[in-house]
Amino acid sequence: MQISIFRSETNTHQNYRLPAGEIPLLSALVYIKETLDATLTFSAGCRASVCGTCAVRVNGREELACSYKVKPGDVIEPLQYHPVLRDLKVDKERAMATLKQGTTWLQEFREASLSHQDEKRTEKQTDCILCDACYSACPVFAVNPEFLGPFALTRAFRYTEDGREGDAKSIIDTIQTNGVWDCTLCGECTAVCPKGIDPKMDITMLRGESVKHGHADPSFATQSFGTPDFGGGGFGFDPNAGF
Amino acid sequence: MIDVLIIGSGGAGLSAALAAKEAGASVLVAGKMYPTNSQTSMAQGGMNAALGNVEEDHIALHIQDTVKSAHGLCDEDMVRQMCGDAPRTVEWLESIGVPFSRLNSDTQGIKTIAQRQMGGASAKRACYAQDYTGLKILHTLYDTCLKEGIKFIDEHYLLNLIVDGGLTPDQTAKGATFLNIRTGRVRQIDAKSVVMATGGYGSIYHGFTTNMYGATGDGIAAVLRAGGALSDMEFIQFHPTALKHSCILISESARGEGGYLLNEDGERFIDELKPRDEVARAIFAQMKEGRRVFLDVRHLGEKKLMELLPQEVELCKMHEHVDPSRELIPIKPVAHYSMGGIDVDYALEVNGIKGCFAAGECSNAKVHGANRLGGNSLLEITAFGRFAGENASKHALYASSKPADDSQRKRDEAEIESLFTQESSESFYTYREMLGELFYEKVGIVRNNVQLNEALEEVIAMQVAQKRMGISDKSRSNNQNLIEFLEFKSALLLAPAVISAAIARDESRGAHYKIGFEEENDAFKKHLVMQWKKEV
Repeated sequence: MQISIFRSETNTHQNYRLPAGEIPLLSALVYIKETLDATLTFSAGCRASVCGTCAVRVNGREELACSYKVKPGDVIEPLQYHPVLRDLKVDKERAMATLKQGTTWLQEFREASLSHQDEKRTEKQTDCILCDACYSACPVFAVNPEFLGPFALTRAFRYTEDGREGDAKSIIDTIQTNGVWDCTLCGECTAVCPKGIDPKMDITMLRGESVKHGHADPSFATQSFGTPDFGGGGFGFDPNAGF
Repeated sequence: MIDVLIIGSGGAGLSAALAAKEAGASVLVAGKMYPTNSQTSMAQGGMNAALGNVEEDHIALHIQDTVKSAHGLCDEDMVRQMCGDAPRTVEWLESIGVPFSRLNSDTQGIKTIAQRQMGGASAKRACYAQDYTGLKILHTLYDTCLKEGIKFIDEHYLLNLIVDGGLTPDQTAKGATFLNIRTGRVRQIDAKSVVMATGGYGSIYHGFTTNMYGATGDGIAAVLRAGGALSDMEFIQFHPTALKHSCILISESARGEGGYLLNEDGERFIDELKPRDEVARAIFAQMKEGRRVFLDVRHLGEKKLMELLPQEVELCKMHEHVDPSRELIPIKPVAHYSMGGIDVDYALEVNGIKGCFAAGECSNAKVHGANRLGGNSLLEITAFGRFAGENASKHALYASSKPADDSQRKRDEAEIESLFTQESSESFYTYREMLGELFYEKVGIVRNNVQLNEALEEVIAMQVAQKRMGISDKSRSNNQNLIEFLEFKSALLLAPAVISAAIARDESRGAHYKIGFEEENDAFKKHLVMQWKKEV
């Protein structure tokens, strides 16, 4: 079987021939490096979908190399919106900085009586392995590199939902700029998450929380009508038109 | 000059960083990957603390179980400290927001944390977060580090410790040299004290381990080169249940929750909740007789499996094409945890290097002895990670702030330079595989002196052959080939230490089992310590 891998040195795709058989993409990359081409560069760690190191794009879709079964003709490329350091290896610093930007940590601990139901409220969100697949799939970064992005917002949601969080408002206030309202709710992040997390839903929930804390969708605020909008958004009655 | 340099950014490193920072020290964490990539993320089952949330439990019982499992090779004072610190450590993790699994109870705080059964434990003692306990602790530690403004330098590969007064009894750590993986440049970082939190050496068993590729004992090798002591290197824990074809870990909690071990005739052959060494040997004996072995969790039902072990279900489907709710899971025991490592004293300071501390799997704090209990490693990295950070910050208070000269950096620059010019006629990747197979075969679950001596000879031959190996990628920046070669060199440096200790220990104790010497022998109720001495 033949697959094609992006090589940064030449800025082209290079074909590699693999023995037939169903293997994880990561095993294929290791095979290539060990036997065909030691210069092929990628990142890998645990082999078990939990260290978040090996995400790449396969035929334009984000996958963990360790859990994707390689198929003939696959095209392997590095994550988007990350500077490519070499071949499939990217610089994650900018993406990781969104966690700091979003202050995604427990702001103020208060003791709580947590139940099994409370555990369930953030079980999925805390499965996040920071693989950056969602960040790479998010189209907002094409227009706004300052966007907080899906994984940081999911993590923000996880702390605001935690019964031990004594100051959820502080997180909510922080994620208003380049945050919850900048998402287009396209759902690409949810589609590619290898852990089955749903950042789109988390962002939707955060919007609700934002409103409760007195924030509003800034795209409404900048529209020309000064009266409350009763739904509809894009179309409606413009009081200044034609009168 | 920074106060505390922490090398390694897994659970132990991050716990140390937070404790050192809390104590008022300036802290820098250097790691070869990004912090959340570390092997801590792979710990699944839980973290022991005698909270007694589910059934009666006492710190004294936790101590007793740990000591029993250690087979006389632990230091009871250290065990007492670790087990005694456990409830307080869970309380700390609770306060930073670790999302533990919960009970339905009318209580508050850590009394609401669910606890499960693990092997060798006399009570349900392991606090957990589904089967993602390590992942969730690690990520919460990282979030807290960001909150506290801890500084990180990622993608820095440790080359050597910098010590003042090399190979003398008073030698002191002054920092370390690193290869910046991105630029390919050697960098010196000066520090008043150093914490090693660099992980274990399970990846010597390349291809036969649950460990990640990079668990090659880099930090332990660096301590050995700098003149520090290593101990109990022969004790390597084999985890009974790794997936047969991929060596991916299936947590002990699968058995703790009621899973059985079956041979291919459908018979149970061991009490599944015995300590790991006994279970691993029982499985190995079945396999030696030509029988395949399976883990059976079908009777738990799909709903309970998805509730308690969601990650395991996913991994079985992915890597073994098996649905655990309907089918048997093929397993084999593989190398999982290194009990031995950097020899430390009661303050976790490295014996032989002042001002250098070690915590987590890289260290031998003598709490696991000859066999670690499931649930005690996450406890060790957090409780002793913090302890190492506190002690390192205390040391920094009175340590000299005069930086070391640049002689170590120059030596390391020359060494790296020579790798770029060295001809490589043999691939170290081939030897990496060979080393893994050799260790699983001859330094494995059941050992004998003939095979151990053969293994030692083969490893020495590999060290000689190492001169013919090298890197074929000559790029200065982002050279993964170079890093993997350096990692292989660490593994190959430690390999004879493991084998010679195994040869010297003519008895069976815990994870070390030797044919011809099948009993514990009181003459060997001691730690085998090794250290490089200056030639005179």
